[in-house]
Amino acid sequence: MATRGFFGRRPSADDAARLPPGQYKTEDFPVLSAGPTPRVQTDTWSFTLKHGPRPLASWDWQAFNALPKTSVMRDIHCVTKWSKFDTKWEGVSIDDLLAAAGVEAPTGFLLAHSFDGYSTNVPLADLVDGKAMVATAYDGRPITADHGGPARLLVPHLYFWKSAKWVNGLQFTERDEPGFWELRGYHIYGDPWREQRFTGD
Amino acid sequence: MPPTRIAWQQATVTAIVPQTPTVKSYILTPSTPFDFVAGQHVDVRLTAPDGYQAERSYSIGSAPGGDTIELVIERLEDGEVSLFFHEVVEVGDAVEIRGPIGGHFNWSPSDAGPILLVGGGSGVVPLMSMLRRRAAASPDTPFALVYSARRWDEVIFRDEVMQRAREEDHFTLALTLTREASPVPDVRSGRIDRMMLADTLMVFGDQLPVLTFVCGATAFVEVATMLLIDLGVPFESIRTERYGGAEAKILGPDVAVPDA
Repeated sequence: MATRGFFGRRPSADDAARLPPGQYKTEDFPVLSAGPTPRVQTDTWSFTLKHGPRPLASWDWQAFNALPKTSVMRDIHCVTKWSKFDTKWEGVSIDDLLAAAGVEAPTGFLLAHSFDGYSTNVPLADLVDGKAMVATAYDGRPITADHGGPARLLVPHLYFWKSAKWVNGLQFTERDEPGFWELRGYHIYGDPWREQRFTGD
Repeated sequence: MPPTRIAWQQATVTAIVPQTPTVKSYILTPSTPFDFVAGQHVDVRLTAPDGYQAERSYSIGSAPGGDTIELVIERLEDGEVSLFFHEVVEVGDAVEIRGPIGGHFNWSPSDAGPILLVGGGSGVVPLMSMLRRRAAASPDTPFALVYSARRWDEVIFRDEVMQRAREEDHFTLALTLTREASPVPDVRSGRIDRMMLADTLMVFGDQLPVLTFVCGATAFVEVATMLLIDLGVPFESIRTERYGGAEAKILGPDVAVPDA
């Protein structure tokens, strides 16, 4: 049913085709975080790949940055309704990360963990085949702390809470384990094109 | 059992209350009343005759337990939904909402206290829900609100927060104006700074707040949380909500606290 007197401000046809349902385009890069911004230093930074509690591989900042780097340009979609087009990222793809670790994926599910205690779950299939990376640069520069620097997960085809800021590890889990927001009312998968914002969507 | 979807529902605007020259409260009566926790928000959806829809999220300013919810909407000159509310919506109109949403920036009486609230501009809205909840359900829980607004006539909920500070035990208010001198003695002038936060923390004596809720423009939240951590408030006990995008551009410079 139409809302009385509402006609709206239409995006262009090009923009409309790129906007998932319920989203609007922004030129800004809003900051959304559940808590304060942690100040993560690169000299104490580390990233660990785990299977359950067992470490599979670990990198310090220098070793991590020696891995092959990939650049992508993607549209991103925040569950708070904004979308930002053509964001440019550089980092280590999860394909290259797994190859560098020399491991076959032991399960089909992962939890990303962050320095501030945040976590979020992403199925393996959504991280591999060029779909995701651990990003270390945004728009040609190191990622600032408020946007998740020095490194954040980037899974641009899912709502952006899946792209964990201040990421410090990926953990294979036996089942699809809900993370921080998934335990607090947000959707277990988070596909913007199916508008999977909240539990049950 | 699959989880239940939070359904869209019609909500009728039953009152419109001016808060400041650019901010109004919209009192909505949902067709299906729902319970919520102080600090949660709802999504609002508007539909044009051709089916085009716009969605936005708004914090709930009212306390849980009533048949209505209060949304506080600031007039943003480039705001598609905000301008619609300010220029078109009248009492009796219906909009679609769904909620409640958000499981982190929440306070319940079972969380106990002391609780520190820090708000900039319209960042006070979810904090107001917590203050009202406290007064109704847990008046012995110590609360303090550090609140900055630009000018005297731009202080959202001004009369109510000042009245609560006068009348309610265990509630301390530090209200400050950033763009003009305060016309009354118990309201400060200047931006929230380290001293104001330190003074406010002292009302809790030896105790640190069990939870601190900080809400406002991004720059405001970044600096306020940095100062709080520097003052010994544990990182893990601080919960934040930041306004991004256009709102941050409008509110940012005016409510940001300066570097210590």
